[in-house]
Formats: sequence, structure tokens, C-alpha cells
Amino acid sequence: MTIVSDANLAVPEGGTPAMAVRRKVLIGLFGFAALLTVLRPWLPEALIRLPEAMLLPWSDWLDVGFAWVQNDLGLIHVTREIASWLGFLIDAAANVLYGKSRWPNFEAMPWSVVAGCLAVLGYWLGGWKLALLAGGTMVWTALMGQWKWAMETMSVIVVAAPVGFAVGLLIGILAWRSARFEKAMRPVLLVLQTLPFYSYLLPAVIFFKVGPTAASVATIAYSMPPMILMTIVGLKKVPPEVVEAGKMAGCSRWQMLRSVYIPSARTEILVGLNQVIMLALAMVVLTAFIGMPGLGAKLLAMMNSFKLGRSFEIGVTIVLLAVTLDRLSKAWVVKQPEHFEKGTPWWQRHILLLIGVATFVVFMVLAQVIPILNEIGRRQSLSMGSEIDVAIKGFLNLSWVKETTGFIRWFFNLWILIPTERALLYVPTAAVIAVVTGFCYALGGRRPALIGVLFFSIVAGFGWWDRAMITLHSTLTAVILAMVFGMPLAVWAARRETWSARMIFVCDTAQTFPSFIYLLPAIMLFGITPFTVILSILIYTMVPVIRYTIEGLRGVPPELTEAADMSGATRWQKLWNVQLPLAMPTIAVGLNQALIFAFFMVIIAAFIGTRDLGQEMQRTLAGTQLGKNFTLGFSVVFMALTFDIAINAWAEKRRRILGLA
Amino acid sequence: MKKLTTMVLTAALATPFAAIAEDSSDPITIPIHNWSSQIVMSNVVGQMFEEMGNNVEFVTTDSQAVYESVRLGDVALELEVWEGAFGASFREALSKGGLHDAGDHDAVTREDWWYPAWTKESCPGLPSWEALNACAEVFATAETGSNGMYLDGPVDWLKHGQERVAALDMNFTVVNAGSAAALWAHIGAAEAEKKPIVVFNWTPNFAEAVWPGEFVEFPAWEDGCDTDPTKGPNKEALFDCGNPSTGYLKKAAWDGMEDKWPAAYCVLTKLSFTNPQIAEMAKLVDTDELEPEEAAEEWLAANRAVVEPWMSACAS
Repeated sequence: MTIVSDANLAVPEGGTPAMAVRRKVLIGLFGFAALLTVLRPWLPEALIRLPEAMLLPWSDWLDVGFAWVQNDLGLIHVTREIASWLGFLIDAAANVLYGKSRWPNFEAMPWSVVAGCLAVLGYWLGGWKLALLAGGTMVWTALMGQWKWAMETMSVIVVAAPVGFAVGLLIGILAWRSARFEKAMRPVLLVLQTLPFYSYLLPAVIFFKVGPTAASVATIAYSMPPMILMTIVGLKKVPPEVVEAGKMAGCSRWQMLRSVYIPSARTEILVGLNQVIMLALAMVVLTAFIGMPGLGAKLLAMMNSFKLGRSFEIGVTIVLLAVTLDRLSKAWVVKQPEHFEKGTPWWQRHILLLIGVATFVVFMVLAQVIPILNEIGRRQSLSMGSEIDVAIKGFLNLSWVKETTGFIRWFFNLWILIPTERALLYVPTAAVIAVVTGFCYALGGRRPALIGVLFFSIVAGFGWWDRAMITLHSTLTAVILAMVFGMPLAVWAARRETWSARMIFVCDTAQTFPSFIYLLPAIMLFGITPFTVILSILIYTMVPVIRYTIEGLRGVPPELTEAADMSGATRWQKLWNVQLPLAMPTIAVGLNQALIFAFFMVIIAAFIGTRDLGQEMQRTLAGTQLGKNFTLGFSVVFMALTFDIAINAWAEKRRRILGLA
Repeated sequence: MKKLTTMVLTAALATPFAAIAEDSSDPITIPIHNWSSQIVMSNVVGQMFEEMGNNVEFVTTDSQAVYESVRLGDVALELEVWEGAFGASFREALSKGGLHDAGDHDAVTREDWWYPAWTKESCPGLPSWEALNACAEVFATAETGSNGMYLDGPVDWLKHGQERVAALDMNFTVVNAGSAAALWAHIGAAEAEKKPIVVFNWTPNFAEAVWPGEFVEFPAWEDGCDTDPTKGPNKEALFDCGNPSTGYLKKAAWDGMEDKWPAAYCVLTKLSFTNPQIAEMAKLVDTDELEPEEAAEEWLAANRAVVEPWMSACAS
């Protein structure tokens, strides 16, 4: 009952010569690591950790480099010019949305007008359900007294998301045209997505001016990569027949792109847009550290004055906004252009547009007469901050809650997290590098292994090894726990179409759920301990693990599962021997995503309090130590890159073997 | 005749002065951070500037990175420079140039080890640090073993809790919270069961009103305790004293502010708030649940007499 494994393991007894070499290399590397670890008590200090004297002054070099780029190269003038353009757009959006005193100097728009128009838009895109969702979200926001904050947030998003979309599309097209450009770009994208936010902070503030502009630049940088990747995927998939047809019609190159390629890749491109919007919203709280106004900033302020209830309400608003925008943009992806009978009058073809205009006018007028439709003040709002406060505190104080969480805290911290962390810190640097190299070699072969040695040696050379190991420990644990809890859930959900759809919906929502909301209750229950840190990252690692496992399992060709059924496999055998092996390449991509998210989230760990790289980065903010900040940030990046390259190489190889590529 | 001379003289003197003293119509950008007293104070000062005819804008920033922004002129000023937490960033920016010290508030700040009132029941010898050390086991957690746990402030506030524990040979394990929010969550979790805890805290802030408590009395601060090992009880170690109990709370201004908005700058150098005033500002938001803008209006209305002299002294 091993259809698949037989196919790719059709090799002679004892393996091919290549496999023998491989085994020897692996035994060598792991043996070396084991030997070093066992002999540690007798090893000289220099073999355990790189001695101080051997560390290069990276931080000083980087500081000099930054000073040069900023002052002598004059890059700051270019970036400031870009920032002033972005600032102009954001200010204009802010004026329209909440009446900031800037061009074009409108009055603040009444909340009811926005709610009404969005409901009409929702109806046009997806019927009553969407109309209710879009309108309802706006009503909730206004009723909770968060209207202005939400509009402050949106004023940045409505600029950042389209710019991210446009630039991403452009780069995607360039990358599709030139393979070399694509190759050069991939690591850059990965750096953008893994460089922890504490490293963005100072450069963004210096080069792009503190406030919404810096926040929008950071949002664009972070949300653009999926847009680029989706554009490349979409353009590469355009069927040759369509291209032929375009050529026969005598299209110029520009016409080909505009009228043939982009329309054919429409779905992928719009999925990219959806991702841009979602990631931009996911960053709302983190960008508040560099001047993003609105909901995120308020959430942080509420947390810093220990208002559990109101920070919870703000969190709900962020999630609702995200779900609304997600649904609206997804509905737009599937919406096909409408066609009318010839001779349909203009008003009939544009009926919903007319209703929209009417809604706008009606609510505009009503808002002048009924003030509550114009603005809901803090005192009129239905916010129940203090009641929720009491409820949350009461719940956390129930004796069974305390006992359960107390046990979990004790078990995970004392029996798993603290011992494994100590163990990892005990292992000599060289041994860790050897294990990582072996891991990369086993997964991807020679090239990833060489990259592993190089990158982890660089991390060692940066001189923050112990902290890097603590970061590595928490990211790996978060991913392993996500696998332990997420994969069974995903396997179960993948059995039915409806369960899968529901699960993926939960994942979509959770992705935008700022873990800051449950951070305070988590700290109250689990203390400032490694477990709380893992818990705060776990939501970000669970989502990709579950989503990709479901997608991988659902993507298994039905012929193969049928074949398994026919040969009388039990459900368990089918899963183990057919479905999981075939889904593995996709699941690996999910694991990789999870690892990257986890590395990126060290900033949240720092918000709780750990002894990892994030904490040291936080220290560099006092006194503006840019150079040191970047050595720390790139320690994270190099570790993430190593895993990314190895896992991708493996997934690629498996796909080829399984004939899925 | 004399009267006329005076008038001419005043006019002659006043005219060029008035021309210089005209504030630019560009908005004055005021940074706000994520704790209430600073947000309300910024709004109070912003509303004072607006009354004087200026445009004001607020921008949310990180409280360490803000000094780089003041230096570059992206924001015009900073109203709360805490000696302990932000001194390092402030001095760094000062040495790079572009920003200067715009005077102290009357308020003094204290940042040190602190415990909520209920802790005293399990460790009656408090607030003496020796007594605290003697009952270290009371503060132990599952993760710290027999040592007591002390929750220090975020590392970027540069608090040296670790060094002090070593210098005074205390039976405590220092854990750093990542943020003020994490500190409050820790206190909040201990509150229900009245669990004894010792954490980093400071005054003035909102927590005093929510959780009454006291600072631990360490050997008194001597100048040089952070640079000269012979100061303090342990002759071989640094940081063997408590923090100064009267740290400064400064205002900082961008170098270009004086030329661009002379009247607003003048008010900035004149204004100074006291500890009770700052506590009142925080209370309006944290306890009375007002929005910062409303809190600022309310505070200004109740304290006209305080701010009036600063504004009239700078009116051109």
C-alpha cells in the first residue's frame, strides 16, 4: 500500500552511491555536533562560543555606513521627497474621511454616509450578506465611539494598499520579464518580510518622517511581496493559445500586456490585492510604533493604562474591518462584468450606482438634521469598556481557570520550555551550526547546506549568539506546537469541503487578529515567561500550518485516493501513505510561512519581555544605536533565510519527484 | 509730549519686534506617546498654542525614536523627557545637534523598585531593602525557584536592576517586562489574590491611583553611584544605591522652533507642571474615561490661572 513511496524509492538494496555519500555526510555532521556537545566541559572557551576578540565591529561599520548614506549620499532628500508625496495623498484622504484641515478642505464626512455607501457597495459586490457586513461594521465602529480612530487608520490604508498594489504589480511584471531580476529580488522580499519591526523603526523615522508617512512606507514594504509573487504566478500561467491570439491580432508589446496578459492573470492579481489589504491591516498595531495613527495607536495607549475592556473593543473593530475588506475584495475577484440586453436604458444599467448616489445625498441631508447620524461622541457611545474589564478580570479569577492555566504554566515552562532552552544554550556554537547544516543538507542538498554554514556563521560572527538561540528556540517551539495542534485539526477539516471552507475562513480572520488583544490576559495568567511568548506567536504560526495542510490535502488528485480506496486501504493507511506524502510539499510551504511569521514576531515577544534578540533591539532604541540594531535585525533575517532556502529546496525537489510541478 | 515720545518709542520698539514675533502658520507638530499624562499634557499645550492662533498637529511616535524626529525638525518639541527612561536618547540627540533643552518642569520623577500596599502583609519589614531581601522567598515564582522575582522595566529604559541585585548581593532574579502594559498586567494579576510582588514603577503615573503602594528604600543615591564604585555601601560595585528620588522631567525643543514659532517657543520655555497637576491630567483619562482632547479642555478650564501667566508673558 505504498503507491507513492514505491514510485520514488525504486532504488537497489543499500541505496545508490549518491545516497551513501549523503548518509556519510549526515553522520559526519551530526556526529561532530554530538561529540562537541558531550565534550563541552573539557572544551576550551573559544570552541564553545566565538571569543570577543574574533568578532568584527559590524555595528561601528554600519553606523558609518548609515551616516554616509544619510548625509553624504543625500538619500534622505530623495526619500523625503517621496514621503512628502505620500504625505500629501494621506492628508487628502484624511480630509475626506475625517475632516483633517488639509486640501481639499471638505467638512468631515458623517459616519452614516460612509456606512450607507459601503452597504450599497457591498450589495453590488455580493448581495445582502455583504451589504449587512459592510454597513454593520461601520455602525459598530461608530456606536463604539471609535469612528475617528478607524478613519485615521483607513486614511493611511487607502493610500498604502493601492500604492503597494501598483508597485507590486510593476515589480511583478519586471520580474516576469527578466529571470535574473526575479532571482535577485527574492531574497530582498524575504528580508523585507523577516526584518523585525524594531529595525524598521529608526530608518523609517529618519528617512520618511515620523508619522503616517513612515507608517505607510513600512506597510507598503511589508504587504507588497505577496502581490509581486502572485503577479509572477498569474502571468506565467497565461495559456499560450491566448498569447498566440493576441499576437495574431497584431498587438504591440504594451497592448499585449494591457489587453492580453493582465486580463488573463486577473484572478491571481486580485488575490494579490486581497493579500496586500489583509497584511496592511495586520500591521495596524505594529506600525503604531512608528506613527500610524488611529486604532493601533489607541490600542497600545489603552493597554499601557491597563484598560482590558476598551482594548478588546478596539481589537474587535480591527478584525471586523479586516473581514469586511477581505470579503469585499474577494467578492470583487469573483465578480464577472455584467452584460445587459442591447437597448437597456442607462439608468437601468447603473441602477446601483444611482442608489449609491441617492444614499449619499439622503444621509448627507439627514446628518445635518439629526446630529447623531453625523457624529457619535464618546459620551453617547455604547462602549462597555469598564464592564468588559470587570468580566475579563472575573473570568481570569475563577478558580478552575486559575488551576488549569497554573498547571499549563508549570508544565510547559518547567518541563519543556526552560529545559530545552537551557539545553540549546549549552550546546557549543559549532555544534549548532553543524546540526543546522546537516538539516539543510538532508532537506535540500549541497547548496542549502553551504548557505546554512555561511549564514549561521555570520550570525555567530555578529556576536549575539545566546540571544539568537533564544529567538530560534521560541520560533521553533511555536512552529512545533502549531504542528502538534494545527495539523490534526487540518487533517480533520480537510475531510469535508464545508469544514475546510469554514476552517479557512477562521484562518483568514485569525490572520488579522492582533495578538495584542489577548496579550494582557495571557500575561496575567501565565506571567512574563517563555510560555506567554510562545502563546502570543502561536496564532501566527497556526494559521499557515492549518491553511496549507488543508490546501495540500484537498489538492491530492482524486484518482490517487480512489486508487487507494480500491486497493482496500483503511482511512488511516490512505492518509499516511497517499495523502500526506502527496500533500507534503504544500505543507512544507506552510511550515516555512509559519517560521517566517514567527521570526518576524519577535517584536511581540519583546513587548512581553524576553531575553532574546528582540529585547536587545529594544535596548538599541535608547540612544539611537542604528548599527547595533541592524546587526541584531539581520541575525534574525539570516536565520530565517537559512530555513526558507532549505525548506523551499526540499519542497521543490519533492514536487518534481511526485510529478506535481 | 512725553506721552507722545513714549508712544513713538513703544511703536518703534514694538513694530520690528512684532514682525519677528509673528508665528509661522505651518502647523506645530507635537508628538504623543502611549501613556495618558503625556497625551493629555500634549493636548493641553496644543490647545494653548491654538488659542494663540497657531495651527497644531499631533503625531503618534515611539518615545525613544522621537528624539531623532525632534532633531530633524519633523516634530517641534517633546513635553516629557524623563531623566531615567529617556535620558540616554535625549543626551545622544543633544550631542548630535538639532535639539536643545527647553527647561525643567517643577515635577520631579522617581523611578524605582515598588510594591503594592498588600505586599506589606507578607513582608512587614518593608520598605527597607534589607527586609525585602530577607523575605525574598515570598516573591518566588515557579520559574525563579527559591529566589524572589523582581519585574524590572523594559530594557530600553536602562534600569540596571540586574546590576543592583549583584552589587547588593540580593536573593532576587530580575525579569524584564517588555512594556509598561506588561508591568500593569503583572500587578493586575497579583491584585485579586493579594499576592506579594515587587516591580519597577514610577511617579507620577496613573497606577498610584489604582494600586496604592510604596517604593522600596535602598541606600540613598549619591552622585557618581553609576560611575564610581567607591560610592554607596559596596565599595567594589556600581549601582549599589537607589535611583535619585528627584529625577528631572524636562521639555525639549527643536533648534528651529524659536525662529519659526517664537511666541509658542516662549510659552514652551515658560510652562512647567507639577506632580499633582500631571497626576490630575492622567486621572481625567484613566479613571474618568474622558478622551484626551476633552480631558485637556477640562483641565485647562479648571486651571486657567496656572496657564494664563505663561501665555500673557509671551503675547507680542
